Amino acid sequence: MSDPTVGSMATTPPAEQPTVAGGTAPPDSGLPANAKRDQPRGLLGDAWIDLRRKPLFWISATIILLFLVMAAFPSLFTSVDPTQGDLARSRVEPSGDAWFGYDVQGRDVYARVIHGARASILVAVLATLGTVLIGGAIGILAGFWGSWVDALLSRIADVFFGLPFVLGAIVILTTFNKPGSGNSYMKIVSLVLFSLIVLGWPVSMRIMRSSVLATKQADYIMAARALGAGSGRIILKHLLPNTLAPLLVYSTILVGSFIGAEATLSFLGVGLQSPVVSWGVMISETRDWVRVSPFLLFFPATFLVIAVLAFVMLGEAVREALDPKLR
Amino acid sequence: MGRYLLRRLLQLIPVFIGTTFFIFVLVWAVPGDPFAGKCGDRRCPDAYVDFMTDKYKLDQNIFVQYGSYMKNLLQGDFGQTFGGRSINEIVSNAYPNTLKLALVALAVEALIGLTAGVLTGLKRNGFLDNLVLVSTLFLIALPTFVTGFVLQWLLGVKWGIAPVTVSGDVAFSELLVPGFVLGSTSMAYIARLSRTSIAENRRADYVRTAIAKGLPMRRVVGVHLLRNSMIPVITFLGTDLGALMGGSVVTEGIFNINGIGREVFRAIITKEGATVVSIVVILVLVYLLMNLLIDLLYAALDPRIRYE
Amino acid sequence: MSDILVSERSEPGADGSGRPSGRLLEVDDLRVEFRTRDGVAKVINGVTYHVDAGETLAVLGESGSGKSVTAQTIMGILDTPPGFVTGGQVRFHGKDMLKMSAEERRRIRGEGIAMIFQDALSALNPVFTVGFQVAEQFRIRRGMSRADAKKRSIEMLDLVKIPNAKGRFNAYPHQFSGGMRQRAMIAMSLALDPEVLIADEPTTALDVTVQAQIMDLLAELQRERQMGLILITHDLGVVADVADRIAVMYAGRIVEEADVHELYAKPGHPYTLGLLNSIPRIDEKGQQLRTIKGLPPSLLNIPSGCPFHPRCPMVQPVCREKVPPLLQLGGTRASACHFAEEVVNRD
Repeated sequence: MSDPTVGSMATTPPAEQPTVAGGTAPPDSGLPANAKRDQPRGLLGDAWIDLRRKPLFWISATIILLFLVMAAFPSLFTSVDPTQGDLARSRVEPSGDAWFGYDVQGRDVYARVIHGARASILVAVLATLGTVLIGGAIGILAGFWGSWVDALLSRIADVFFGLPFVLGAIVILTTFNKPGSGNSYMKIVSLVLFSLIVLGWPVSMRIMRSSVLATKQADYIMAARALGAGSGRIILKHLLPNTLAPLLVYSTILVGSFIGAEATLSFLGVGLQSPVVSWGVMISETRDWVRVSPFLLFFPATFLVIAVLAFVMLGEAVREALDPKLR
Repeated sequence: MGRYLLRRLLQLIPVFIGTTFFIFVLVWAVPGDPFAGKCGDRRCPDAYVDFMTDKYKLDQNIFVQYGSYMKNLLQGDFGQTFGGRSINEIVSNAYPNTLKLALVALAVEALIGLTAGVLTGLKRNGFLDNLVLVSTLFLIALPTFVTGFVLQWLLGVKWGIAPVTVSGDVAFSELLVPGFVLGSTSMAYIARLSRTSIAENRRADYVRTAIAKGLPMRRVVGVHLLRNSMIPVITFLGTDLGALMGGSVVTEGIFNINGIGREVFRAIITKEGATVVSIVVILVLVYLLMNLLIDLLYAALDPRIRYE
Repeated sequence: MSDILVSERSEPGADGSGRPSGRLLEVDDLRVEFRTRDGVAKVINGVTYHVDAGETLAVLGESGSGKSVTAQTIMGILDTPPGFVTGGQVRFHGKDMLKMSAEERRRIRGEGIAMIFQDALSALNPVFTVGFQVAEQFRIRRGMSRADAKKRSIEMLDLVKIPNAKGRFNAYPHQFSGGMRQRAMIAMSLALDPEVLIADEPTTALDVTVQAQIMDLLAELQRERQMGLILITHDLGVVADVADRIAVMYAGRIVEEADVHELYAKPGHPYTLGLLNSIPRIDEKGQQLRTIKGLPPSLLNIPSGCPFHPRCPMVQPVCREKVPPLLQLGGTRASACHFAEEVVNRD
């Protein structure tokens, strides 16, 4: 099922995957023991310095910070209750009293948009964390151990890959979350999280796996083994820092992707629902009214697009900073 | 090559079984009454319950159920809706529309994406380059339904230059706007991918050799450069076609296209379990086969990877 | 002030016909710089050499000496930006190519002057068959039919001694071994019967035994066709058998030019001397290898005076101050060293 926002982003790895060569520099040899030297920075350290110089980074970081504050402390932006509606005010256009007007049920759109940030962003961030942690862990296992472990895990990932994203999410959500069943806020949110993670982990797994496979052959891994390092230590100290880059880039874009995905699912009526307020929920409520009151769509959609854009821009900036070929 | 094909087909089978089983379990095997919610908000008619139980062996364990279901499916019998409609019929009415939409979307995204990508790949850092970079970022960030709504409102309602919804006999011209919407994100990816590919290959040694041979620039770019640069782009297009053939719930919904995406969505909402599973099985099969085709296509395009 | 080649040279029109005679291919006081973010690198600083029909000029130098960039400038395949030609001429049959139109230059490529590169695997297009790439020259530049082009291409592949040329026509570059690939590239470059062939490190990426075969092939082809051959390399061993004359480059200039025998017997520049001395010798087994201390200079910051002075074992104060001109030493010898005579008459 192609909802390209979600479909092709979820199943298409980022077009350019930085191949990370080298990592934490080996300590200088031949220096007297008490010689003062700089901490070896490694690729991540260099990347941070590069990142700081990019305007793209600062713009996106500021926007994201703004949204995070909005999500955490909506009362800083509005004191109006987003759930309180007066049908007499239904679909009243923006004015001095209510900057974004009132929605179908007479609720203040501005307040809802501000409060909606929390659900939208929370879901996206948590889903990304879950996807990346689980997918990444499985990817490392598959890449590092190879042979039957890899074959098994890859086939399992293929099964989930075969499921069209939107369809799979819809099926999962309708099975467990029958509309009108009055599920609690937490339950609804966790179900959406669950479906996003369950369907999203294969891509993270693949990215991590190919990253590990590429790095595994590196000489310094062999050197570490020859020195007697156990598998655990090799994974933690040597493999991980060098394989993180592609996944890091992907995860920033993934947050943006998931914001869009949540909105799409809510739009279809299977994601978050009342009483939860999110941008997706707001957009879905406008479905029948968009032709007469387009402003109802405009505001939540704009916030949505800006938020996604900010994360995608951040991903771009991070990718450019981490790409050793651009050095 | 034949062995590779065989191996891939064999790998396909457990994945197919795994995915379809997963869906089947989700729809039919969740604990409780298997018919709860399968017939809309009402209880299923007894006749239907008996019929389905008998046909799909629902009183036996999950594996037998799955087995008998798949047996029917592979014989071409996709079952019936609770209202008695043949799912075969639903699919054969809806799928062609989805395919038409998919082709239009592919054509639009390839045309615009490739043009933008090739032009900016050859000549970077100009006004056009920055325009393309910014607009693609924007398109990637826009969820499809937002694009759909906005364009539908702008082109259909406000300016009236495109039909707001698609009529019953789905004409290609009507599908231009929905196709654009459906392909918008991929278009952005294609533009960026081809831009990078061309820019990277422009500095390649074989391009230098082609120039040193005294070939006209037109040929150097049009034959040597393009043929190499387009490999990742074409494989992306193939993958995208596979995804597009899975239908789009969102686009079909907004523009009222009677396609497979909308049918399955409708089935999910109205709790038509049998329809859901049947359609999803078909979609999964199409997707897996398309993936296989893409792999073959890639091998055909790049002679270096033919001997796996 | 340029380092001009102070020697005899045929003046244009010297044969009395009124047409410029002179050399087949001449590089005259060429200057090229690379404009980068970190500054301007003076990559070529007044290089002059020439090659005639039937002779082999070897251009010898380390990485960064400018030997490849000179070749690229001759062919017109220099990346501009960041490279810019800031002076000099490149004359082919007496006409300055740098002043020609792009189309005129293009026509010379392949037909007048051809070039082969170091790494045949990356120099050949991986997605087209070798046969296609050779035949392309015949089809596109000569307008031959597919069938005729194929026939001629197979002849070329035979010429470079690729076994089963007919069968190999439809093979891809990655399916060839290194030596075969290089032969294929040679075939491709000679398809249009060029008058000059520039070989940029043609054997550097190959095994030693294959190196010898390829060098023999080049020598044979050159003899048969009476081509001018410019052989660019850093390997003194490769050059000895094939070259007629050698031009040694350092930091973007020619520091010595001589007949091959003279150069090996009595080098006239400390750099050449150092290079020759650094060749490991079997009768010196067990002794420490001799090297030229130091590293080639950064072209962003070429040392004052003689660019070799920081590494020269015979450095004198004048070397730090004055740039030595390329002085004639009699015959066809020249050396850019203030003390060239002394170096020649050493041991």
